[in-house]
Amino acid sequence: MSDHELHVAKIRDGTVIDHVTGGQALNVLSILGIDGSEGLGVSVGMNVPSDRLGKKDVVKVEDRELSQSEVDVISLIAPEATINIIRDYDVAEKNRVDRPDSVVGLLSCPNRNCITTGSNEPVETKFSVVDEGVRCTYCGTIIRDSLADHIDPE
Amino acid sequence: MRQDHLITATQLSRADIEAVLDRAAEIDADPAAMADRYREAVLALCFFEPSTRTKMSFETAIKRLGGATTDMGTVESSSVKKGESLADTVRVVEGYADALVLRHPSEGAAKMAAEFVDVPVINAGDGAGHHPSQTLLDLYTIRENVGLDDLSIGIMGDLKYGRTVHSLADALTNFDARQHFISPESLQLPRSVRFDLHNAGAQLREHTDLDDVLPELDVLYVTRIQRERFPDETEYEQIAGEYQIDADTLEAASDDLAVMHPLPRVDEIDPGVDALPQATYFEQAHNGVPVRMALLDFLLSEGEL
Repeated sequence: MSDHELHVAKIRDGTVIDHVTGGQALNVLSILGIDGSEGLGVSVGMNVPSDRLGKKDVVKVEDRELSQSEVDVISLIAPEATINIIRDYDVAEKNRVDRPDSVVGLLSCPNRNCITTGSNEPVETKFSVVDEGVRCTYCGTIIRDSLADHIDPE
Repeated sequence: MRQDHLITATQLSRADIEAVLDRAAEIDADPAAMADRYREAVLALCFFEPSTRTKMSFETAIKRLGGATTDMGTVESSSVKKGESLADTVRVVEGYADALVLRHPSEGAAKMAAEFVDVPVINAGDGAGHHPSQTLLDLYTIRENVGLDDLSIGIMGDLKYGRTVHSLADALTNFDARQHFISPESLQLPRSVRFDLHNAGAQLREHTDLDDVLPELDVLYVTRIQRERFPDETEYEQIAGEYQIDADTLEAASDDLAVMHPLPRVDEIDPGVDALPQATYFEQAHNGVPVRMALLDFLLSEGEL
């Protein structure tokens, strides 16, 4: 990637999430729970040309190093994503995302009759990651497509 | 395998199932032998939905084991009416009882409840999810009548929302059973159940017409198609009518067929079937007591199944 293609400045310290599936950058931010209110510097490049993906998104988050467990969830919507931890303008670590075994507290169950939805129960949603997508560990509902539509804004 | 709770039938291995059914058969043969075994035991009944058979048979089961029940009563008369969460209710009730039987309108309720308490939780129906203790008595009835291996079973009616169907289908994957699912297209098995059946390598076929498969069945398990599943009365009447059986229907069936139903029935089995030798549903309902005694025996004595 060259700078004139990306149109986004380098960051000094933080995390660059590269090779995100085109169009998924804002969903990546939702997954990470970043909406700007934290005061972090956030840059987003969308549908940038990519040799590997055709088009890709890039997300840069300043002054925050994301942990592997945080970024693994991204693999569900952007399986090719790479995570670069930046320290003093250099790439200090470079990792791929791995599919997690489960996703806790991030997605809402689309089954309105699930115990985790529409009730006052003190329980977080939990989905296990299966071949077909993700599955609610409480009611068994499987989400196959459009996972990002089920990200809980809470 | 250690099981603290009974939440779904998928958690049960063949060995688990056979252990419960064998114990139930021993109890059935000599119920008096168990009469004092659980003199101090209290079973909590938390039914957030109406129940006759399940609740009464659990109640009879614990009493025949020498124990007693404590009953939450109806939702209308309980703290649930004041907005108490299920998690709070079960945490309170566990202090009053040695095990907890829970029926709730939401899928996943029993699974969640089990995370909040240390006493065994038995799922007595969670919405359109599962009803595994019903399955154990269904399997007991099948074993007593036609055997559980080399079995050809037709499961008919509301397969989408029928929790007894989901649990039975899951459990039958432990046995050499050919499962035929007979329903209108709008009430076919849900994706989550198909997923489990597929993963377990189930032998299953789907039909919209009972006639296609009736002659080869050893068991016909009929369930109720509920009026509220259909947008209008006419459609309900038309579709439900196609999945009702009577004595004429059964002329095409084997003489050894066992007709089962988790009950209550409305009009899906004509009362004219009751007198036929194939009618097995009342025997099935009666089996709820020894099977639930056996289940409680495992969960109370060893804290596991």
